[in-house]
Amino acid sequence: MSILVDKSSRVIVQGFTGGEGTFHAQQMIEYGTKVVGGVTPGKGGQKHLDLPVFNTVADAVSGAGANVSVIFVPAGFAADAIMEAADAGIGLVVCITEGIPTRDMLTVYQYLKSTNTRLIGPNCPGVISPGRCKVGIMPGFIHKEGSVGVISRSGTLTYEAVGQLTALGLGQSTCIGIGGDPVIGSTFTDLLKLFRDDPGTEAVVVIGEIGGTAEETAAAYVKEHFNKPVVAFIAGQTAPPGRRMGHAGAIISGGKGTAAEKMAALQAAGITVCKSPAEIGATIKKVMA
Amino acid sequence: MKIHEYQAKEILRKYQVPVPDGQVAFSTEEALQVYRQLGEGVCAVKSQIHAGGRGKGSLFDPDNPTRLIQQGGVKIAKSEQEVRVFADNILGNLLVTHQTGPAGRRVGRILIEKGSKIAKEFYAGIVLDRAQAMDCFMVSTEGGVEIEKVAAQTPEKIVKAYIVPGLGLRSFQANRLAFALGLTGQQQKQAAKFFLALYRAYQETDASLAEINPLVLTEDEQVLALDAKMNFDDNALFRHPDIVEYRDLEEEDPAEIEASKFGLNYIKLDGNVGCMVNGAGLAMATMDMVKLAGGEPANFLDVGGGASAETVESGFRIILQDPNVRAILINIFGGIVRCDRVANGVIEAVRTLGGVNIPVIIRLAGTNAEEAAQILETSSLKFQVARDFQDAARKVTEAVLN
Repeated sequence: MSILVDKSSRVIVQGFTGGEGTFHAQQMIEYGTKVVGGVTPGKGGQKHLDLPVFNTVADAVSGAGANVSVIFVPAGFAADAIMEAADAGIGLVVCITEGIPTRDMLTVYQYLKSTNTRLIGPNCPGVISPGRCKVGIMPGFIHKEGSVGVISRSGTLTYEAVGQLTALGLGQSTCIGIGGDPVIGSTFTDLLKLFRDDPGTEAVVVIGEIGGTAEETAAAYVKEHFNKPVVAFIAGQTAPPGRRMGHAGAIISGGKGTAAEKMAALQAAGITVCKSPAEIGATIKKVMA
Repeated sequence: MKIHEYQAKEILRKYQVPVPDGQVAFSTEEALQVYRQLGEGVCAVKSQIHAGGRGKGSLFDPDNPTRLIQQGGVKIAKSEQEVRVFADNILGNLLVTHQTGPAGRRVGRILIEKGSKIAKEFYAGIVLDRAQAMDCFMVSTEGGVEIEKVAAQTPEKIVKAYIVPGLGLRSFQANRLAFALGLTGQQQKQAAKFFLALYRAYQETDASLAEINPLVLTEDEQVLALDAKMNFDDNALFRHPDIVEYRDLEEEDPAEIEASKFGLNYIKLDGNVGCMVNGAGLAMATMDMVKLAGGEPANFLDVGGGASAETVESGFRIILQDPNVRAILINIFGGIVRCDRVANGVIEAVRTLGGVNIPVIIRLAGTNAEEAAQILETSSLKFQVARDFQDAARKVTEAVLN
């Protein structure tokens, strides 16, 4: 079992004919994802990778039965692409694009409240339910089917954690990169709620980082409502305050959002916190034993 | 992106947010000219650096950093003679505040501003509330002190209004905030108008922070931004070329400027282990691991997802400029990018540089990691290949201790 995406996901690619869109659409198809077409305004009616190209997301929904969209369009247009997908009734939108202005994301967030669409990202690697469906840019082969859920604000650090799990023989139910921006569609807490109700998930890895209070909110949720083992790692224990560490959202400001605060909150909620990123896999193995 | 106080005030003026009359000066002569233009009398002479605590800071001689030149980076001058003395004491010297660290910042610009007779001091600020995904407008009767302290000690003294995206700050909200400061009559109306204008300036420039501390009520009943701080969303700078013009390279680390030219994300730190990593999260985690292993990270460096020979080469150049670096740890997770390609890129980069004289520990994981390890081990260059994260940490510790 898994959350968000599985064999029934019918995926379209927004920004389909561009370089990134083309490359990753191919990779997703090779992994076994049911990609049913793509959207590039003005190229509707053409074929790309042997799949139909649509002018609008609405056309892709009616013409190809799409229910998931993955977005590769450039930062200046990505916010609009998300809203278009939501307007067309797409249930799950995964936005890979990095560098969307925060103000645009505030508008998107507000708009999505009036729809039933769930957004993952932006500035994220996407979602994968190993062996079933990959919607994103993560290397598929490092994953393995299983029962550990992974939620992370990072890209390559998620691969690192997944690599450790797979090496120990621990497969994953679903792995989600939620994105490194200050305003994102789905938080740790939103996804923990889904993992709680997924019988195929037995334990969850949470990979947070400095900045914001999403980890603290997740800790409070786990303490009250989550009954499966959770292991957490927080990146940025050595990050200086006031500096943006690569991700737009990874910044300690006004003394708030430090790794120490987050680790303390997670620990107080009964979550096993790894100090070293090298111990994520071994720690989950221990708590699941 | 950060800008100077005088630049923030230029922006505020454009949006009809009342600020005191004043102008920037780059030399003492210019400072005196501005003083005369302002009609003389009482003026503030304010150091312009991208750090807080200027008023309580101290100025030191850059040639002899223990020699104190002046207490206070912000001074009130009552005559041309005083403007001359303060400008001479500030310009070209090092201002040390609680935010600059002991090294301080060289002051290259001062703001000369007409003095205001202050009746009351307040605080006004706008920031993004990430958890709510809304801008939050905050005011407080506790002006002129650090707002973090107010938030920690007397949070009830901060009054907030959340702004619904797309709707902007509404008049009723601005009114409520102004009343919360205890203002009435014309003063209250002026403050509400001030808040609406400030929000417009914040919103239309894609600011990530606007802070007026203190916001003052003058004896002649004017509401004025006595100080102003604005930061901007880097992701939105593409639509604000006028704000990009405000960038002051003197305020940035030269190595960080160079790294940004190569599209690398580099932040200099004080440690001894140089780090080169693909991806921001993994880069932070690698720094954490270096620390756990007994070293101190010398930098944050994200070479991006691709990690090509060119980016690795410029990464080496930038890290090696730091004389404190005693070892370099390269940690690359090859997902879509193949590790054997990265390995060849690293070798090519080291050859182009004519060798690297300190230990280089490389850990490559993911696609074709085995082949990559073999390429590195059999190359004539002396790399230490680590099998996993833990092994990399151990090798870094050994390298630093030896």
